[in-house]
Formats: sequence, C-alpha cells, structure tokens
Amino acid sequence: MLDYLKEPFISIQEFYLLTGRALRNVAARPHYGDDIIAQMDLIGVGSLPIVILTGLFAGLVMALQMSRALQQYGQVDQTGTLVSISLVRELGPVLTALMMAGRNSSGIASELGSMKVTEQIDAMRALGTDPIQKLVTPRMVATAVMLPLLTILADFIGMVGGWFVSRFLLDLPSQQYWSTVWRALEWNDITQGLLKPFVFAFIISLVGCYYGLRASGGTQGVGRATTQSMVAASVLILVADFFLGKIFVSQIVS
Amino acid sequence: MPADAESPVLRFDRVSVSFDAVTALADVSFQAYEGESRVIMGATGSGKTVLLKTALGLQRPDSGTVYVFGKDISRMRERELFEIRSKIGMLFQESALFDSLNIEENVSYPLLNQLSIHCPPGDVLPRVEEALKFVELEGTLEKFPSELSGGMRRRAAIARAVVTQPPLLLYDSPTAGLDPITANTIVALIVKERDLNKTTTLIVTYRYQDGNLVANFRYNPENGGLERADNHTGSQGGAAAPRTLFMVLREGRLVFEGPQTELEASTDPYISKFVKHRG
Repeated sequence: MLDYLKEPFISIQEFYLLTGRALRNVAARPHYGDDIIAQMDLIGVGSLPIVILTGLFAGLVMALQMSRALQQYGQVDQTGTLVSISLVRELGPVLTALMMAGRNSSGIASELGSMKVTEQIDAMRALGTDPIQKLVTPRMVATAVMLPLLTILADFIGMVGGWFVSRFLLDLPSQQYWSTVWRALEWNDITQGLLKPFVFAFIISLVGCYYGLRASGGTQGVGRATTQSMVAASVLILVADFFLGKIFVSQIVS
Repeated sequence: MPADAESPVLRFDRVSVSFDAVTALADVSFQAYEGESRVIMGATGSGKTVLLKTALGLQRPDSGTVYVFGKDISRMRERELFEIRSKIGMLFQESALFDSLNIEENVSYPLLNQLSIHCPPGDVLPRVEEALKFVELEGTLEKFPSELSGGMRRRAAIARAVVTQPPLLLYDSPTAGLDPITANTIVALIVKERDLNKTTTLIVTYRYQDGNLVANFRYNPENGGLERADNHTGSQGGAAAPRTLFMVLREGRLVFEGPQTELEASTDPYISKFVKHRG
C-alpha cells in the first residue's frame, strides 16, 4: 500500500533529477554538437509534413466553424481575427506539441528504452560517456530550438488554410482576411505563442527520455515506456497549456 | 611479482547489492591479482552480471567496498569513474554494440570518448583496424551491427573492449546464445587477448568447457592457435597458462573460490553441477 503512494513521488523526484542534470549539461563539457544537429534534423525536419498538415487543417476547420458562429452576429468578415488569435495563442502551439509528443516523445522513449534493455546505456557509461550528456541533452536542446520554429510554421500554414476557406467558401476578399489576421495580433499573443512551444519542448523531450531510460523488462518494457511517455507528455502539455494561458490572460485583464 | 601480490587489481570487500527486495550480491569478498584469470560460474540470477557491473562502477554497492587498481570506487562520482573505466574493458552479455553506429564507429567509440585515453586522431583508424584484425573481422568497418551474425557481433564487441588495451577485462557470458564451434572461437580470442597482452581477465560463463579452456590452454603465437598448457611441470619458457581460479555464485553468495582441481573435487551438489558438463 505504502509503495503505491510512494511511487508517484519517487517518479517526480527522478524526473526532476533528470531535468536538473540535463540542464546542467548544456553548459558542461564535452559538447556533442553533432548529436544536436542530428536530432534537430530528426525531430525538426522530420516533423515537417505532419506539422504542415496539422496546421493546414486546423486553419481550415477554424475558419469554417468560426464563420458559423460569427454569422449569428453578422460578423463573418471578422473570420481572420478569430483564426489568427486562436491559432497563434492556442491551436498552433498545442496541436503542434501534441503531434510532436505522439511522434517524438514516443520515438525517444522507444529508442532510449531499446538501448537500455540491450545494455547499450551501460556500455555507453562503461566507454566513458555520460548518457544524459550524450543522449538527453542533445534531444532537449534540439527540441527546444525546433518546436518554436515548427509552431511558427504551423501558425502560418493555418492562416493560409483560413484564407482558403474565407476566400473560396465564404467569399471574403483576400485583402480583408489578411488585414484582420494581421491587426488581430498583439505582442501578448506572440510572446505567449512562442513561450508555450518552448516550454512544451522540454516536456516532450524530457518525458520521452525519462521513460526510455527507466525502461526495464525486455521488449515489453520498451512498449510500455513508449505508451506511457506519449500519454504523460500529452497530459502534461495540456496542463501546462492551461497555466501558461492563465498567466497571459490575467495579464491582459488586470 | 611481490609488488603485485600486495595490491590486487580488483578487490571486493564484503560487497552487497540488492534491487528492491531482491538480493543480487550478498557479502562477497575476493581479490584478483594482476595477470590472473577468474572464471565465474553460477545459475541464472545468481548475481554474476551484477558482480561485473559493480566492478565497473555501473552498479553502486549498498554496503562494502570495491577497489579497482587500489582505488575505492564505491563512493566515486560518475565523472571520476570515467578515469577508472578507461582501464577496464567490458564485453556485455548481448554484445551491446550501438545500433545506430557502424562497426568502425562502434570500435572507435572508446578511443574518441574516453577522456583519459588521449588517442591522436590519426591513430584512431589504424587502432580500430588492428583491433578488428585481432578478432578476425577485417572488412566489416562499414557494416552495421544488425547486418552481422551473432558470433560476428560478439567479436566486434570484443574488439571494442580491447581496442584501448585495458589491463583488466571483464567478459559477461561471452558464449551465451552461440553454437559450440563459434563459442570455442570466442573463448580462443579471450585466451589470445589474455596471453598476448597479459591482462587480468574475469569471465562469467555457464559452460564449464569455457572455463576449462581458459584454465588449461594458452595462445601459441607461432601457429596462431590454442595449445594445451603445461601447467604441472612448471614454467619453461612461459609454457604454463596464467593462474586461473574458479568462483561459483549462488543466490548472490560466493560459495566456492579455488583452482580447477578443487572445483572438480568438490562434493557439494550445487557446485559439482557445473563441472558435470565437462566436454
């Protein structure tokens, strides 16, 4: 009974220790620049198609559904405003992060988990490298750089999707759509839209690494680690999203 | 020789290790001296692998002290351990080659990453090739571990373990999962490495014939094969195999430590179980 109560706390403690060591290693030598570049390619460039598709359809759907709501007030020409704010503040960061959690948290967890159960992590330590330095830190840095960039891309593609619906289905002039999109954005929206993916990047990479490195029990354990990492990363992203949104909204209101 | 006798290469002093409720090593003490071979036997789950990992500092003892080259490693921090680990070669149970790297990158990994090795960049490739030649795997530099057979992977892993020419080598079940012929060639490589470089060697195995080979055979540099060592008539031109001791573990306890003759004379049913398979 006590063990069941203790376990979540031990997990949280271990996760914080991993986070601390990964962050400290950013400044410590030796640096594995090649690994960071390789991970940026894998995590960032590799996620391009999925991010473009997600952003495009998020924008299409937003414009379509919002026009229905705006119709009631006779404000269909304001579609650009709604698409722009909801994409930059909320949908762009969260959908991109959730996609990345599905693709990269689980990918990292299964890769590191396989290395753990085949003793490659032990071999790495035996051959003079710190696995946190060599595996965790490059993934964390690469995700922290790439996720904000991917989010900007997803936001933009989403706006293009919104334009497509506005222009061809709602018969709004293109110029009106783009000017409402542009005028709707304030600095508050943009900082929020860039801070969120930066925070989510740490969740995605570190949760994946954490579950991967604690994998045990052969291939079955790797499967378990993969699933757990994706679930945990997705839930943490949604929780963090609420609190980050809360900070920025109360900033406007007060 | 007397200087060596005073400072063992590896010393376990009442070492205990446990995972949650399971005891992996219980109060194990022994001393391995320079040039010695040790064959560690025991049933699965008796703590053989944990013993090797503890010697390498991958596993911290719950109590007791581990000395490697005279230094207490049981309370060392990870970064200090790298220095010690650069003097130890380890072959992991399932080879543990890095899947994402090819054989050349795998074997050069310790040369490039162990900070205390200081291998000049120009020397890396020749040393990798030399190590691969040693295990008779030339021409596989560009291959990935998944493209090799189990026996070849084991050879590549041995090349990675010996490429830095460490004075202490640990082999975790080098013959597990291999057919008897391949297994014998792997043990022959271990004996060759031991006799050419005079390394201290610890081998975990469940096959008695592996231990028998290690104890009674030596590498003949002239014909490149193994020959039966002349252990009893004394050392004429170094014809005897190095001193080989057998250790038997049972549920984490060291139940036997001694030379082969004593092992074979033992009447304990658990210990003699390992001798019966002599082939």
